[in-house]
Amino acid sequence: MSTDTTEKVLPYDDVVASFDPVLGLEVHVELGTATKMFCGCPTTFGAAPNTQVCPTCLGLPGSLPVVNKVGVESAIRIGLALNCSIAEWCRFARKNYFYPDMPKNFQTSQYDEPIAYDGYLDVDVETDEGVKTFRIGIERAHMEEDTGKTTHQGGATGRIHGADYSLVDYNRAGIPLIEIVTKPIEGTGKYAPEVARAYVTALRELLRGLGVSDVKMEQGSLRCDANVSLRRTPSDTFGTRTETKNVNSLRSIERAVRYEMTRQAAVLEDGGSITQETRHWHEDTGITTSGRSKEEAEDYRYFPEPDLVPIAPSREWVEELRTSLPENPAVRRARLQQVWGISDLDMQTVLNAGALDVVEDTVAAGADQAAARKWWLGELARVANERGVELADLPITPAQVAGVEALVSEGTLNDKLARQVIEGVLAGEGEPDAVVASRGLAVVSDDGPLLAAIDEALAAQPDVADKIRGGKVQAAGAIVGAVMKATRGQADAGRVRALLLERLGVSE
Amino acid sequence: MTGSTDLTRLTAAETASAVAAGEVSAAEVAAAHLDRIAAVDDRVHAFLHVDAEGALAAAKAVDAARSSGEQLSPLAGVPLALKDVLTQKGIPTTCGSRILEGWRPPYDATVTARLKDAGVVILGKTNMDEFAMGSSTEHSAYGATHNPWDLDRIPGGSGGGSAAAIAAFEAPLAIGTDTGGSIRQPAAVTGTVGVKPTYGAVSRFGLVALASSLDQAGPCARTVLDAALLHSVIAGHDPLDSTSLDQPVPDVVGAARRADVKGLRIGVVKELGGEGYQAGVRQRFDEAVALLADLGAEVVEVSAPHFPYALAAYYLILPSECSSNLAKFDGIRFGLRVGEDDGDPSVEQVMARTRAAGFGPEATRRIMLGTYALSAGYYDAYYGSAQKVRTLIQRDFAAAFEQADVLISPTAPTTAFKLGEKLDDPLAMYLNDVATIPANLAGIPGMSLPIGLAPEDGLPVGLQIMAPAMADDRLYNAGAALEGALLDRWGHPILEEAPAL
Repeated sequence: MSTDTTEKVLPYDDVVASFDPVLGLEVHVELGTATKMFCGCPTTFGAAPNTQVCPTCLGLPGSLPVVNKVGVESAIRIGLALNCSIAEWCRFARKNYFYPDMPKNFQTSQYDEPIAYDGYLDVDVETDEGVKTFRIGIERAHMEEDTGKTTHQGGATGRIHGADYSLVDYNRAGIPLIEIVTKPIEGTGKYAPEVARAYVTALRELLRGLGVSDVKMEQGSLRCDANVSLRRTPSDTFGTRTETKNVNSLRSIERAVRYEMTRQAAVLEDGGSITQETRHWHEDTGITTSGRSKEEAEDYRYFPEPDLVPIAPSREWVEELRTSLPENPAVRRARLQQVWGISDLDMQTVLNAGALDVVEDTVAAGADQAAARKWWLGELARVANERGVELADLPITPAQVAGVEALVSEGTLNDKLARQVIEGVLAGEGEPDAVVASRGLAVVSDDGPLLAAIDEALAAQPDVADKIRGGKVQAAGAIVGAVMKATRGQADAGRVRALLLERLGVSE
Repeated sequence: MTGSTDLTRLTAAETASAVAAGEVSAAEVAAAHLDRIAAVDDRVHAFLHVDAEGALAAAKAVDAARSSGEQLSPLAGVPLALKDVLTQKGIPTTCGSRILEGWRPPYDATVTARLKDAGVVILGKTNMDEFAMGSSTEHSAYGATHNPWDLDRIPGGSGGGSAAAIAAFEAPLAIGTDTGGSIRQPAAVTGTVGVKPTYGAVSRFGLVALASSLDQAGPCARTVLDAALLHSVIAGHDPLDSTSLDQPVPDVVGAARRADVKGLRIGVVKELGGEGYQAGVRQRFDEAVALLADLGAEVVEVSAPHFPYALAAYYLILPSECSSNLAKFDGIRFGLRVGEDDGDPSVEQVMARTRAAGFGPEATRRIMLGTYALSAGYYDAYYGSAQKVRTLIQRDFAAAFEQADVLISPTAPTTAFKLGEKLDDPLAMYLNDVATIPANLAGIPGMSLPIGLAPEDGLPVGLQIMAPAMADDRLYNAGAALEGALLDRWGHPILEEAPAL
């Protein structure tokens, strides 16, 4: 079955005309704790294979686990941010199955007593009727440990079949994971793929805001499995679902859900039935293929982990963690949009550029919101794009941007000069004031030197001077340009023009 | 010490004070025990590995510390036999199983580390039933241990090696582990003292798990005081074991020295005795009860109505946990690997071949039982019900300890049986632990000490004392009082009755 790459699909419009999709999303998040979930080994990504291991995470005989308190704290904070209830008492459980990348041949996880349960996350999706909010129910969030990583050597596919031998790296074994499982997601209709993507996007944003994980899908610190089923109408019972694994980008989530809907619909339209199975997503070809079917699925023989004591977070601790939570991202977005008084479209532009944090910080440092947006979405976005970095990673702080903008609004700098100051800050020349001083960039605001420069320019271009005197005010630009050139841009063009006209006794 | 003193006959307390006083060197003590092992262990087979070099080096380190004027810890220079279920860095650790043959752990168990820190001289690793499953050491992959009282009989199990080593004067001290009686039952049938401390009192870090919620390491010795001295060395909180109790260790040594049962309420457990117990065991037990009363104890009968279900519950909980704990033995990362060159096997096939070849029949039986008991659809009926029984047994104990300060029973229903006698009858073998299992299910401490020889076979009989959790000191107080009175009656330690090897 795994070689079958030519399964029939139904056009998407036909799918949504005849079927109602139900989704279930399972997201695994690797926590960014300094040490593993049950031992003191470091969790640094990319270390040489099997260098971050000890008897416990290698599952050597006699070794025992000890729970990482920061891991529990992160799990509780995630649960709270997802509006979950936090268990007063819960246990770890062993999930028993044999696999070479599982050092103990059981995974220490949670089963029927998750640390967080029964919450929700609201996500916004653009629909034909405008932006619509979908409330995604959260079934549970529980703690577990990651497995090691197996690489199959030799053979054509890099997969286990046909490989000459396999190598296992246990550095990842024991890294804390939080698994977040949604309730069945219904009522999305044709927007199911977009809702799935929006959910993972929102979840990623929330987790990043909590600072519990680096949420890098490409490095596997955030992984998503998508359960998809179809039924004829929303009043029918759920259809048989498939679980698609290996969906490792936001775009892939949307594509995988869409593909699985079109594939299942084709099977059902042909009078067939869906096999409950695991399917693998193929990024390159954009399809899923059959993996292990659930008939062969293992009985994990869960039972409470006897090597660990129950987790009983005190209510005081939970409340303390609740009050220390950052603002919910959706609430924050709405608040900032209102405070700034900007349109949906303008807000979307800020979000798409990943500029929300820096703009907010720049405003907080004293800049006007419009100016803050102008700098970060304009000049700085251009530089970031050139350098291939995030805005926040540019060597300029929101406070420095606000400092430049302050110099503009007090008239010390004009736009052109301000860009040069920013260039100087980015080049490491110091604070905006220092760059202004060292590059000698301040606007000439004393009328004396400006009048001298105007007289000089008028003397040099007597014909133009006559035209202006004769009422051709639009000719003033040539003189203003000459003055600006003479002052190397450090003059306020508006002021120059006013002085010029005054000098010549003409009015606009 | 005069040259004629047999250093292997001293108690641990005597040895330690002789070493501390400079009357004998730790190296001489170690050498005397290594000589004894060389002389008798081909017949007893208490040891799976003797680390003569390491033992002599550790002993010399103690001697050097003494010469340089360092204060020695109370057991410095005393030799000890370590059950092969605890890791010792660089020393083979097999758990009596073929599947771990050749494995040398890269780390010390916490118990091992504490022994080393205390200057205890580790002579080697002792034989045991495979992964501590059994009551006779016949389930060791490396051959049975023989009871020094009668080499044709079992030394108990799973810690038969540790008990036999002490009874055969190959070591004055040993470490055992007790999941359902593996310290206490061997002590009973070899005429020695063994204590299972309160669950969580001694760290399990580095103890290769059989059943995590039941396993507990503890001391084996020839006297109650020696056991107390060893107990105080190995007990105490360990952050590496989440189930370790973060509480002060009771003053067990002081209790052993106090040895006074006047006014102590001693409860005889009605359900642990009578039918099914050998006549000579019952007789010696009844005499001991009378002796305790003579010493001023207040003897009462208590009932624990759920104890008859303990064995059944135990044989669901233990195999369940064990089936998971033993999953890691798969030939991938350590130990035996079988069949990787036979054909072009998958990793699953190599795992299966390794496990089939590496585990003996009792381990296989319990892995299969546990796998079944935890399976979907059976969990509630088996594992779930067994946990409920466990709660009921804990309540029985709580009620009994309302009426009595300590509880007593025979340790085992019979004296040592013949090698091979029960090997083909697992249920008969399991019944050996009927009196010891309840303490494990409840997590409370228990001690076995010798109370005489059964008239019909001349073999040692053990009495079990149980106390509430964290009241381990009561065992030592009552045990030492009884031991002292028996010693007065007999005029010599019981092991002097054993035939010379």
